[in-house]
Amino acid sequence: MPPVTLSELPPRTPVIVESVEDRQPNDPIARRLRELGFVAGERVQIVAQGPFGAEPLLVQVGYTRFALRRAEAARVRVALAEREVA
Amino acid sequence: MSAQAEPLRLALLGNPNSGKTALFNLLTGSRQKVANYAGVTVERKEGRLQSPSGKSYAVLDLPGAYSLNPASLDEAITRDLCRGFYPGEAAPDVLVCVVDATNLRLHLRFVLEVRQMGKPMIVALNMSDAAQRRGIAIDRATLERELGVPVVETVAVRHHGARALVERIDRLAAHLHLPTVQLAEDADLHAETRRLLAAAVSMPSRTAKIDDALDRWLLHPLFGLLTLAVVMFLIFQAVYAWATPLMDLIDAGTTALGEWVGPRMGEGPLASLVVDGIIAGLGGVIVFLPQILILFAFILALEESGYLPRAAFLLDRMMAGAGLSGRSFIPLLSSFACAIPGIMATRSIQDPRDRLATILVAPLMTCSARLPVYALLIGAFIPARQVWGGLNLQGLVLFGLYLAGILSALAVSWVMKKWRRDQGEHPLMLELPSYRLPHARDLAIGLWERGMIFLKRVGGIIFALTVLLWVLLSFPAAPADATMPAIDYSLAGRIGHALAVVFAPLGFNWQISIALIPGLAAREVVVSSLATVYALSAADDEAATQALTPLISDGWSLATGLSLLVWFIYAPQCIATWAAIKRETGSWTTMALSAGYLFALAYLASLLTYQVAVRLGAG
Repeated sequence: MPPVTLSELPPRTPVIVESVEDRQPNDPIARRLRELGFVAGERVQIVAQGPFGAEPLLVQVGYTRFALRRAEAARVRVALAEREVA
Repeated sequence: MSAQAEPLRLALLGNPNSGKTALFNLLTGSRQKVANYAGVTVERKEGRLQSPSGKSYAVLDLPGAYSLNPASLDEAITRDLCRGFYPGEAAPDVLVCVVDATNLRLHLRFVLEVRQMGKPMIVALNMSDAAQRRGIAIDRATLERELGVPVVETVAVRHHGARALVERIDRLAAHLHLPTVQLAEDADLHAETRRLLAAAVSMPSRTAKIDDALDRWLLHPLFGLLTLAVVMFLIFQAVYAWATPLMDLIDAGTTALGEWVGPRMGEGPLASLVVDGIIAGLGGVIVFLPQILILFAFILALEESGYLPRAAFLLDRMMAGAGLSGRSFIPLLSSFACAIPGIMATRSIQDPRDRLATILVAPLMTCSARLPVYALLIGAFIPARQVWGGLNLQGLVLFGLYLAGILSALAVSWVMKKWRRDQGEHPLMLELPSYRLPHARDLAIGLWERGMIFLKRVGGIIFALTVLLWVLLSFPAAPADATMPAIDYSLAGRIGHALAVVFAPLGFNWQISIALIPGLAAREVVVSSLATVYALSAADDEAATQALTPLISDGWSLATGLSLLVWFIYAPQCIATWAAIKRETGSWTTMALSAGYLFALAYLASLLTYQVAVRLGAG
């Protein structure tokens, strides 16, 4: 199965974060995503999408909801939660 | 004062949406000073806490931060200040780390980061009432033991909600001590957060049911946008219509005061300075207060309730396309009433680049002061006939003028986006916090601060410029045997005559050129100034419009009328807008840039309109 990023997921699909990838050396956006809780093993899901162009994405991580643009969400590599259970 | 030691310095810090500022308001009440940090436009709030035991503390409300690894100017200030590196600021003695008890997964990680600084600290478990209601059980004693720092519960929106915190501060102040637990420098803070949560917190569900339900509706692609439209309409209506009676009252009051004072001072330049300079200048400052206070009442309530970030979520994609952000929408909308409150409202845009872009295009929104000018010109030059099956041509032109402003703003921000040096990705990463009921005390303190900021910082500049304008309009005085209106002999009149040369290609005669100068005070003044220049004696603006309409429709060509209409889409702002831009950006350059580019746009657009109209035979 190819790696999936958060930006490719349909809404309401529970997934587990695998990693956040740097787009450039020392990517400040990737670093901030990790600080906000996008770290390996964390459960996340998309709970809503913006009305224009399905952007931004509203992502539930931990007890918090963050609005991420697609370019930001594309840094988050995830695995389907079902696989984790199986 | 050698016996009395300096009061201990407390700093409140925490993630955005931790209720930190509400706690600050509860601790310090009205004993607050709001200013900016030296050299930047980040707000600095300091207050004084008087504990029941009689001790006094200086409390600093630091900008909200997700991390001490800064991603914004706000966060850099918070980090530097905590470490005592910020120039001109003493290092705090005790850090009070405020966390949202319903959002510990995020906020505890920040607590661990703060603890690594190795300073005396207290953790305030804020909103512990909301946590209880949601069935979140936090074992405070365990958390305190595992963290190695004092942990107290607080409820910032309850009258005695910080009593335990103040007692704990008193105890810590008596014996300052460092955290008793410390991790290795490169420890995994997320892993430690999970361990702490497992040890001390049990949570029935990850989100509040009410948030889920509200978000399903308020973020819905259709109902969400509909709700937003209703909210926006209400704000616009309030700023535009509710403020008008108050503004009329202030206007009438200023006029009455001038009429009362004037005769008692006799004739002469001193009386004129007091009445037309000082009283009119003060009136010109206070008249903005109703709009500013009404707009900020809405913005503060929306921000506190958690709806403002949702509005930004709904509109972000649309605004980002033009180089703005979702948060630009409300400031731009309120600029249709007046650009001053709109520009002040850009404080809710965190990203400095987006904020600057919003400030620069806000004056392109058709403010209410342009309406009297549009009414005069449309009435004089556009025939009142029906076109395209029942549409009123005059109304259509007015609509076109509004639309031209909006499209120009989008074009300008788009061009700025293409041209700016900083092409880096500015992320959204916007937290949508839990919905909360706004609290009256926090709204009142917020409104008071906004009002004072306007009066103290913007008011001074507006006042000074109004008096300067009075000098230009009053000196030198007309000679005794004057045949022309007095304005014609003044400095402003001479500038107007000189400007007429510059404005000739636009079709403006010298009367228009002169009237544009007092129009800098406020655009609607152009109407009464034209009446003055044409030596009409009109009691008020309405009478002036009626008397002027036949005069200009006969005296000016259609091309001139259209050119002046187009001029006012862009028209370099009034001086009050300049003052607001200067204060909000802290930069004369930005102010000059804004005035300059709008003047250039106005000139080019009017030039084009006039020349095309003349070619088409309207000259």
